[in-house]
Amino acid sequence: MRSYFPRDMSLHIEDLRATLEDGTEILKGVSLEIPKGEVHAIMGPNGSGKSTLSKVIAGHDSYLVTGGSVTLDGTDIFPMAIDERSRAGIFLAFQYPSEVPGVSNANFIRAALQARLPQGEEIDAVAYYKRLYGKMDLLEIDRKFTARSVNEGFSGGEKKRNEILQLMMLEPLYAILDETDSGLDIDALKIVAKGVNAMRSPERGFLLITHYQRLLDYITPDYVHVMAEGRIVRSGGPELAHELEKHGYEFLKDLALA
Amino acid sequence: MSYEAAAVLDTETHDAINIDRSKGDFTFPERNKFDAGRGLTGKTIDYICDVKNDPQWLRDFRHKALQVFLDKPMPTHWASKDLDNINFDEIRYYLSDGEKPKRSWDDVPDDIKRTFDRLGIPEQERAFLAGVEAQYDSEAAYSNVKEELTKQGVIFVNSTEGLHQHEEIFRPWFGKVIPTADNKFSALNSAVFSGGSFIYIPKGVKLKQPLQAYFRINSENFGQFERTLIIADEGAELMYMEGCTAPKFETATLHSAVVELVALKGAKIQYVTVQNWSSNVYNLVTKRGLAMEDAEVRWIDCNIGSRLTIKYPGVIMKGRRARGEVISIALANTGQHQDTGAKMIHAADETTSNIVSKSISVGRGRATYRGQVHIPKHLKGCKNNTECDALLINSNSRTDTYPAITVKGNRHSTQHEASVSQVSEDMLFYLMQRGLNQGQAMSLAVNGFINDLVREFPMEYSVELKRLIDLEMEGSVG
Repeated sequence: MRSYFPRDMSLHIEDLRATLEDGTEILKGVSLEIPKGEVHAIMGPNGSGKSTLSKVIAGHDSYLVTGGSVTLDGTDIFPMAIDERSRAGIFLAFQYPSEVPGVSNANFIRAALQARLPQGEEIDAVAYYKRLYGKMDLLEIDRKFTARSVNEGFSGGEKKRNEILQLMMLEPLYAILDETDSGLDIDALKIVAKGVNAMRSPERGFLLITHYQRLLDYITPDYVHVMAEGRIVRSGGPELAHELEKHGYEFLKDLALA
Repeated sequence: MSYEAAAVLDTETHDAINIDRSKGDFTFPERNKFDAGRGLTGKTIDYICDVKNDPQWLRDFRHKALQVFLDKPMPTHWASKDLDNINFDEIRYYLSDGEKPKRSWDDVPDDIKRTFDRLGIPEQERAFLAGVEAQYDSEAAYSNVKEELTKQGVIFVNSTEGLHQHEEIFRPWFGKVIPTADNKFSALNSAVFSGGSFIYIPKGVKLKQPLQAYFRINSENFGQFERTLIIADEGAELMYMEGCTAPKFETATLHSAVVELVALKGAKIQYVTVQNWSSNVYNLVTKRGLAMEDAEVRWIDCNIGSRLTIKYPGVIMKGRRARGEVISIALANTGQHQDTGAKMIHAADETTSNIVSKSISVGRGRATYRGQVHIPKHLKGCKNNTECDALLINSNSRTDTYPAITVKGNRHSTQHEASVSQVSEDMLFYLMQRGLNQGQAMSLAVNGFINDLVREFPMEYSVELKRLIDLEMEGSVG
């Protein structure tokens, strides 16, 4: 789609195929282009490969890429390790973020920022905390949060807000949000959406992965794609999400998937 | 805490504590006036006694200890068979330049001064210490304590000076907490000991800043056998810290210390160790404290380096309401075995002991926890808490836990918790997705694992500890 858009300004996924270690094919040729400044949503039933797509882009080694390409502003990301892709500008907000016992949130985020600096350069602690507190206020996160261990004992909502906080602190070029809305009550959902909307910019592309329309009531996407059985089967504007909400994924059965 | 701490330190302090493995890996030419030669016989003992001008009672003590050492078998029926690889005939038991310890760094011979400069000791002394002793091979090269402490009656000297000049305090406690025959290595130390600290803190004196000793091995095939005796009189309080390094030689080097602590009524002693020996050093150390009524002995023990460390700091709680604690961190990398733990001997009513041990095994490294808690039947109201957690970094590493808790009678309370965990693939993926490379991710996870214990260390040491772990983890991944 939109091949007129210059590839050096987008996250470009072309005919991406990936299998599990046992050879089961999960992604069966996914093509998608997310230019900077746009928000794309991928919807689809469970097991359609949505989360796998996000993990393959991030570089998870449980999947074997068997074909296709992913380029970040024109650069092939497959030779890059997980951390290199992150530093190059890819951020994944996890559906199930890991707990890291004993490591405080403030130290964790600082270590992630530090990893982006040239050797020998140190983060200014005062400026760092000022910026961190500013983002935390926007996400209505209590100050005590900085001293708590990463995600340890967090409620579902706290974990997701923490992911958005990291997104806001790391300012990636492309952010992929994997079912960030799952398990959130409406208030938490609004806060998360506020954070994401604050990060929308002509310099940044978003890929929202979601099962439900609900999130898209608060973050209006530019494009909506429907994924099923490892492929994108329909693309459209925001109205497609409403259509799905009304009719469910039943229509997929009518599509000639075979 | 450790990260925050790193940021608030000024550059000078940060540099002062900037000790890492590579920093210790250098050596200067030997300049020994006195060398007892290789191997250990009665003649070696006499040589050491002559050089050190030992009194007759000590000469007799050493000779008896040698016999005990020779008679005792190697404890390989339970400890590592690697002990059999120590060649006692190749080791040099005493090396010194014959100089007395200096009170000023300006008077310390140049290459020795440069050694401790590179290790950051004089800067640390200026920054945050109440007194320093710096030992080079067999003898202290430098020893100094702040003048106001001397005026209060604080004694901080090496063991030789202690037994010569303060015999009336030294002798009654020397060898009483750890008898010669406690184990083969305490006997060896008793036979050939040299250096180490003698500290006496008078009644009611509470030191606000720590005293520090630094042990440095410079010579190959050398055995360092320091002997430390610390006595805190009634109501006195002190913190003592020791650091140690050696260059990485091709051949094995032996370090076998004996450390005895005596906390009289209401006294508090904290003994902090950050051991960072190079990976050719056998580190076989016996450490034990005696806590009288209402007294407290805490061992804060961190073992990162060495080829084999065998060390179980202990506390004998001899007075009512005495408290004993061992906080232990061990990191075993490939080629290393950290066999560490704790001994808690309850010998009075209402005594309390706490053991928290965390070990990290990396690569083919092996960590062993051995704990002994003894509460006899006739006592009442004793408490022990034991926690040991192990973290495995990859599938080739190994961890073992051997807790031995003997509680007799029913008027006591004990609890024991143990866990083994791994840095999971999911956690690594998460950390790396945030931009940390594998080494940094591992390092963060490991620092998190020990974070609650690192808080127990003085800030200056917790920063050093974090740095050492970073280095180990950076080196452990491809």
